[in-house]
Amino acid sequence: MAADPLQAGSRTPVAGSVSSTGVGPQEAARRPGALSRFVESRNGLGLLFMLPAAVLLLLFLTYPLGLGVWLGFTDAKIGRAGQFVGLENFEFLLGDAVTRLALFNTLFYTIVASVLKFLLGLWLALLLNKHLPFKTFLRAVVLLPWIVPTALSAIAFWWIYDAQFSIISWVLLKLGLIDRYIDFLGDPWNARFSTIAANVWRGIPFVAISLLAGLQTISPSLYEAAAIDGATAWQRFWNVTLPLLTPIIAVVMTFSVLFTFTDFQLIYVLTRGGPLNATHLMATLSFQRAISGGAMGEGAAIAMAMVPFLLAAILFSYFGLQRRAWQQGGDR
Amino acid sequence: MKNTTRRNVLKAGSAIGAGTLIGAPAVHAQATWNNQPEKGAKLRVLRWSRFVQGDIDQYMANVKAFTAKTGIEVRVDNESWEDVRPKAAVAANVGSGPDIVLSTNDDANLYPDKLLDVSDLCDYLGRKYGGWYPSCEAYLKLDGKRWIGVPLGSAGAMMVYRDSQVKAAGFDKFPRDTDGFLKLMKALKDKGTPGGMALGNATGDSGWTHWLMWSFGGALVDKDNRVVINSPETVKALEYSKELYETFVPGTLSWLDPNNNKAFLDGQCSVTNNGISVFYAARNSTDPKLKDMVSDIQHSQFPMGPVGVPTEYHLFFNQMIFKYTKYPKAAKEFLRFMMEQEQFNAWLQAAGGYVSQPLRAFEANPIWTADPRNTPYRDATKNLRPAGYAGKLGYASAGALADFIVANMVAEAASGKVSPKEAAERAQKRAERYYKV
Repeated sequence: MAADPLQAGSRTPVAGSVSSTGVGPQEAARRPGALSRFVESRNGLGLLFMLPAAVLLLLFLTYPLGLGVWLGFTDAKIGRAGQFVGLENFEFLLGDAVTRLALFNTLFYTIVASVLKFLLGLWLALLLNKHLPFKTFLRAVVLLPWIVPTALSAIAFWWIYDAQFSIISWVLLKLGLIDRYIDFLGDPWNARFSTIAANVWRGIPFVAISLLAGLQTISPSLYEAAAIDGATAWQRFWNVTLPLLTPIIAVVMTFSVLFTFTDFQLIYVLTRGGPLNATHLMATLSFQRAISGGAMGEGAAIAMAMVPFLLAAILFSYFGLQRRAWQQGGDR
Repeated sequence: MKNTTRRNVLKAGSAIGAGTLIGAPAVHAQATWNNQPEKGAKLRVLRWSRFVQGDIDQYMANVKAFTAKTGIEVRVDNESWEDVRPKAAVAANVGSGPDIVLSTNDDANLYPDKLLDVSDLCDYLGRKYGGWYPSCEAYLKLDGKRWIGVPLGSAGAMMVYRDSQVKAAGFDKFPRDTDGFLKLMKALKDKGTPGGMALGNATGDSGWTHWLMWSFGGALVDKDNRVVINSPETVKALEYSKELYETFVPGTLSWLDPNNNKAFLDGQCSVTNNGISVFYAARNSTDPKLKDMVSDIQHSQFPMGPVGVPTEYHLFFNQMIFKYTKYPKAAKEFLRFMMEQEQFNAWLQAAGGYVSQPLRAFEANPIWTADPRNTPYRDATKNLRPAGYAGKLGYASAGALADFIVANMVAEAASGKVSPKEAAERAQKRAERYYKV
């Protein structure tokens, strides 16, 4: 601590003030002012160092968020500042069948895709955690869907699901398993599941690689001890792997749920919310109403309506999964 | 007008000659225009990105000619047409940005007070070039009194079909009414060569759903902006759509703007609605299969429904000057120059039929007769109705269009998801929210 430059710095003005005691006005004038004392104090300097980050956060995070919240309570249109209308936008949206459908779609999309991403991601992580040939290569390859820009992979899926040119339909047709092309994006439920499949494909690597990192922190001695106690593979997974992985799962799945809930690009490229608005998510509907339709207030209100769901997901993860006493050294 | 060349004179002369033949009004050269652009003026123009290369090439050549003639520098920025709307609206709101914006549909009606009155220019151009089509007045002549923008024309979407397949289905020519059209589509389906039109949330190609509703006498709103979409006429149109949908190739509910182009060019779709771009793609392709198809592609205007008049929907183009411009006179001069026959005829021709003129005299442009397949696109602006027909245009009409209310209504009824009556009721409720009942 003796080498702490902050503490060393803070001594300087003190020393200066001591030396100036009892000397003339010229010396007194050289006493450091409030600003330099502030700058040279430990807390002042800390505050100063944090300022750029705080300004960035305020400018690019808090301001847009605050503006979005404000717009949600106004009747702003694109190119026209709005007036405060209270909860009118929300009342309007509550009575709007398309918004209600978009809410259902978003919840369905998020829940199904997240569960699938978790199960498949965990499975993949367990497989990759084993001693496989070309392990490093395989781990790198698994990341590919995550690395490819979403817009690009969405276009690939757009072709894969095309009503006339689908490769899946073509193969199945050639194999004699179907007699006509599958209407992947033309039937509401087919479209929902097709978009979920594309989202799962894209999201699995994130879950798998993160969980793999978690798996590697688990000490092999625990498995050895469990094996000596005669635990089966399933018991080892259930009683050793899963509990120790829970904190990572909580973080990974929180992020995964947030990404899925706010998905936009995939839907926008594949269906634009169609057919019959069956794949409209809150994010795509918000864009459609605010930017294409010019109703900024309404679009912002739809975006804001997502916040409680996102908060609920975060709180569930925080209180439900992360803060387990025994993981922090407690006995429960 | 001063930079008249021998080529231009010949071109204009032949255009007028052709115009007389097809009945386009002649150009009245005696119309007068007096305007002195501000000294040292510079202009910034924001326009929608080209749909065809010829468009932007000639547009920029005209811009260059304007600068050469007047000394006024013009910077032209391009954006995708769907991105111009928010940018123009923000410019209008903050009072800063491009001096001139070339935008689409009812954009000018969102902020009419922010736009320069261009009545003098429109009156001059109207007098000189045989008058504006009614759709131009519907979009840009506010309350029938003052012009808030200069019409530029529209990108027509017409019926595109395979001539041999239509003939094989027993039709010598493309039907001119909705009854005949349904018969044709049924016959094509029976022959194993079905047609199809987009029923997904396609911003451009779902426009045929408006044609369908109007052709049976339905409309989103009446003249007083009262929502009247839930009408017996609309229900009839929706019943028709159900029969029509049964003849479509599978998957049209998912079709976005590019799908019908792909299906048509692959030979999987015999009839669809589209801009002239499908024909262009085939003609400019090096693929022998597509080259063979070129001679078989034909175009037709949309069939007329029981109302007995054309009821088409196309993408309308406007030119707006913002009041905040420091050089209003230079901006007007620029638009005048671009709309004069020497420039406009060349541009229209270079756009290859993609853009239909807003002024009647340009019906005589040689592009419309250079290939008979271009001709149906000539009358796009003439037969066009705004999506907010027959009401006043503004935020409500723009919002209702962007929310696919009519397109979704037709898709719901056509696919049998709900009954025609129920689809009309649902559309009524959705539209009423925009028109704030």
